[in-house]
Amino acid sequence: MNNKVKILTNGILRENPIFVLLLGMCPTLGTTSSAINGLGMGLATTFVLICTNTVISALKNLIPDQVRIPAYIVVIATFVTVLQMCMEAYVPALYASLGIFIPLIVVNCIILGRAEAFAAKNSVFSSTLDGIGIGLGFTLALTLLGGIRELLGTGKLFNLTLMPEEYGALIFVLAPGAFIALGYLIALVNKIRKV
Amino acid sequence: MEYILIFIAAVFVNNVVLAQFLGICPFLGVSKKVSTAAGMGAAVTFVLTIATLVTFLIQKYVLDAYGLGYMQTIAFILVIAALVQLMEIVLKKVSPSLYQALGVFLPLITTNCCVLGVAILVIQKDYNLLQAIVYAVSTAIGFALALIIFAGIREQLEMTHLPKGLKGIPIALITAGLLAMAFMGFSGIV
Amino acid sequence: MAKLKSTLPNMLLSLTIICMCAAGVLATVNQQTSGPIALSKAAALENAIKEVTPDFDNSPLDEAYKAVTSDGDSLLIYPATQGGQSVGVAVESFTMNGFGGEIRVIVGFDADGKLLNYSVLQHAETPGLGSKMQEWFRTDKNKQSVIGRSLAEGNLTVTKDGGDVDAITASTITSRAFLQTINRAYSAYRGTDAATGATTETATDATTEATETTETTEEGGENE
Repeated sequence: MNNKVKILTNGILRENPIFVLLLGMCPTLGTTSSAINGLGMGLATTFVLICTNTVISALKNLIPDQVRIPAYIVVIATFVTVLQMCMEAYVPALYASLGIFIPLIVVNCIILGRAEAFAAKNSVFSSTLDGIGIGLGFTLALTLLGGIRELLGTGKLFNLTLMPEEYGALIFVLAPGAFIALGYLIALVNKIRKV
Repeated sequence: MEYILIFIAAVFVNNVVLAQFLGICPFLGVSKKVSTAAGMGAAVTFVLTIATLVTFLIQKYVLDAYGLGYMQTIAFILVIAALVQLMEIVLKKVSPSLYQALGVFLPLITTNCCVLGVAILVIQKDYNLLQAIVYAVSTAIGFALALIIFAGIREQLEMTHLPKGLKGIPIALITAGLLAMAFMGFSGIV
Repeated sequence: MAKLKSTLPNMLLSLTIICMCAAGVLATVNQQTSGPIALSKAAALENAIKEVTPDFDNSPLDEAYKAVTSDGDSLLIYPATQGGQSVGVAVESFTMNGFGGEIRVIVGFDADGKLLNYSVLQHAETPGLGSKMQEWFRTDKNKQSVIGRSLAEGNLTVTKDGGDVDAITASTITSRAFLQTINRAYSAYRGTDAATGATTETATDATTEATETTETTEEGGENE
């Protein structure tokens, strides 16, 4: 039992995909112009991660080694397309604001990475837990970065005004701000982890 | 004129890495030395152009023709993966010297999201074949340009003293931020 | 269960089965979601039309027709009628000259050609700068607002170009592009009036009441 809890929390803290493993940088930078977008992207990726981890771990003995990468890619792309169609149907506004980064979940290194490093070697249940853990870690990091950029850039958080918009430094919402905010955030996490 | 506009927009104004956030992983991963950055840039240019051409034709003559638009993501990523493999084999046979230069970068390109990203963007923007090719080549040049400039800066960064926490990726990201700010200066010229 | 060996038949078989399952799943989900996707798109468009036109009791989506602008593009026009009387139109206009490329705007005019309201449907402008257009041009401050203006006297342009609309601070390109969509919308709307029916073609299915559409435009013309 303890072991399972460890798998779950592993992804959130010790192996956080963004702050520690440094994987999946493109959506991290591209979709975090606001906290709500970060949260949406995080949950979308979590969904794909849980599904692919579960399915790949269930199929691991049926996929010969030499063709495992194309097989994984097909599984991942299938779930991403399912997600894409469901989002377009039921949350069109979020779908529009995340744009091209939804289909690009396919090439997010976190997903293929977890399939290869964890799901291909572990039981179905553990793999699902790993998917949830890593997914939550990713969501947390994206929401945090989105929140920081939104607050510094526009003075809002989840669309609630916390300080007058004039005090915001717009650069944080624009492209350079994404790089700079993430850079300092990782530096901060490095510092905390060392202590 | 139209093609020049597409070129300038894709290289400078909407630079694929610094403004559109595509292909960040190789941008951070292989930018420690100028020589490897140039190699990666060349490999991406090569793959991106051919992949865009092939995916464009597949979209027009297979997916659109049979109403299979929803298979886009899965078809494109498989085509790109297969193409990269194929190119590796062909290059090895035809031009060993080129393979020596680009070989190590080729497998990394499958998961470079700027290849899939450009393939999808070209369809979304409703370009014709020639526009699509110009856009793909320009995007790749923009990628190579950003990568090489960035590698040059990082070579210098190696020699500076930094607080421990900032070493490596954090300072690289902040530098990329400043570079992105510089590229913002191009905005408005198109 | 033992792991399958990497023999050619095994590899082919497992890849084929996986691909077939994937295609099956996608086809099913596509069938399930294509309805809701179309519905949500139509609902979004209908809300936008409601926002920019006076109250109407017809169904503008079904009566939409195409009209040609002065520069040769064709735009969709959604006529709004109340009890058979034309009360205005919503024009779906676009330009490719935005800072981030395409901007799609739906613009509402009343029967006299006065601008009632607008709604930005789609854009890729810089957040915090160009993206302000959604609110900027209807805020009643200095010469910002375009609401209530009549385009009969000529196109709207920003003050920098000698016009009388204040551009968004630091976003002249977006402002120019935005006003271009409005001017094009007006030109399409007026264009159809001038040549009643001539440039009119039904945009939705062929069975839509082409005659009814023409009547609506004629009525719009009479009101002038």
